[in-house]
Amino acid sequence: MTTVPEVLFKGVSKRFAANAAPVLDGIDMSIERGEFVSIVGPSGCGKSTLLKLVAGLSACTSGEIAVNGMQPKNAREMVSFVFQDATLLPWRTVERNVALALELEGRTRDETAAAVAKLLELVGLAEVGKSYPRQLSGGMKMRVSIARALATRPRVLLMDEPFAALDEMTRDRMNEELLRLRGEQNWTVLFVTHSVAEAVFLSSRVVVLAPHPGRVAHEVVVDLPYPRTGETRESEAFDALVNKTSKLLREAYRG
Amino acid sequence: MKSKLKLLLNSVAVFAALLAMWQGIIWAFAVPSYMLPSPWVVAKTFAMRLPDLWASTMISAEAAVGGLLASIVVGVLIALVFARSRWIRTMFYPYTILLQTVPIVAIAPLILMWVGQGILSVGVVAFIICLAPIIANTTQGLVSVDENLVQLFLMHNASQGQILRKLRLPHSLPYLFVGVRISSGIAVIGAITGELFAGSGQVGRGGIGYSILYAQTQVQTDYLFALVIAATVLGFTLFFAVMFFEWLALHHWHESAAESRADG
Repeated sequence: MTTVPEVLFKGVSKRFAANAAPVLDGIDMSIERGEFVSIVGPSGCGKSTLLKLVAGLSACTSGEIAVNGMQPKNAREMVSFVFQDATLLPWRTVERNVALALELEGRTRDETAAAVAKLLELVGLAEVGKSYPRQLSGGMKMRVSIARALATRPRVLLMDEPFAALDEMTRDRMNEELLRLRGEQNWTVLFVTHSVAEAVFLSSRVVVLAPHPGRVAHEVVVDLPYPRTGETRESEAFDALVNKTSKLLREAYRG
Repeated sequence: MKSKLKLLLNSVAVFAALLAMWQGIIWAFAVPSYMLPSPWVVAKTFAMRLPDLWASTMISAEAAVGGLLASIVVGVLIALVFARSRWIRTMFYPYTILLQTVPIVAIAPLILMWVGQGILSVGVVAFIICLAPIIANTTQGLVSVDENLVQLFLMHNASQGQILRKLRLPHSLPYLFVGVRISSGIAVIGAITGELFAGSGQVGRGGIGYSILYAQTQVQTDYLFALVIAATVLGFTLFFAVMFFEWLALHHWHESAAESRADG
């Protein structure tokens, strides 16, 4: 019996209007369960669009996407999305923000409360559960956003430049923390970023997209062992992979 | 704290200077009292006729507050319809501007004709003048929700009802309050305008607008001044009541409300 890929792209193309230039063209890619795949590419290469397609928030113009063998729209329950901005509801406390998805899915109050407490513990925010988002720093807001995404116990996590707005120190720490969480829960991640270093640090595989139209230009397998720590960033192997990926990205950009 | 006290003292000084100027003009030009009563006479009239003023103010307040509350209910309902479709919005939006630009004094007699004498038609005038700011601001709030948040709700299979209750309505609350604040000021103007036409249902029991007409025919200039003060106090009270409710509803989470708390 062959295993079903977690996310499968088959000749995926996307145009926003019938006569517009395609944003994505002929994407073929297979992501296995437990992989951490980053997508890097210049602005306008359709990275975010790709995630929206997987989330079933937008439909392919041609080709198809299968999430665990299902159409994206029907697979939403096993997928969570983390946006570039924390996109918290400012009128809800941290706790109630994390509870949002569970609430929408109609879980009981007790069940939700227990899950939320555990999640806040997991992302290190147990003390600020009663605070409002405006009282939190950018990094803390993003932790809340991640906790909210994890609340529905997703198998697949889609992350659209989640740490782009953070300063570098905070971003590095969040990267390490994300890997720690993944070590515990083992989701499959599709991660969009502008930063090659971030992509290499996090991923088991980096996909380089070329623009106009967005298409897969290269793939780089990152064979650095997990768990990765701050020291991983200082290793020569890491540097070599970052340099290699940066070079491929430049080439893709030139076309 | 110190600078705030200074600001307050400055305001008091300006007020005192204005009173002095007022009195000075009367002395310098020997203005008769029926043209311009002195501040002292106005203060005395205000104190002596306080029961009358209170009764009139309460009648006007009832119409103003009633009109304002009705405009909130109806305005939010209209905004909900507007927010549902761009098509409806573009079709009807010009008419809400019309609502704002048509001179209320011009249509007050019509309302009086249709609704009849008394407090109901006064309330209707206040309602009409309050409606446009509520519609405009609430619609703005309902449609300006972050698209990513809508997608987040859709990701978790939220119904349109859930998106409305848990996202669009709370998001539009600060916008609604901006509208209510604007309307609270003009609600009193609407009520008094209405009373100039329709407030004479029962003689001696009219609101501020009616009393103004009455005082004018009797050449009770001092009482006219007292009525102006009463109307101003009513407007201020309504405005600050709205500010209070706004603070109550928003100070936990909304920047503007939280800031005004930090200031006060």
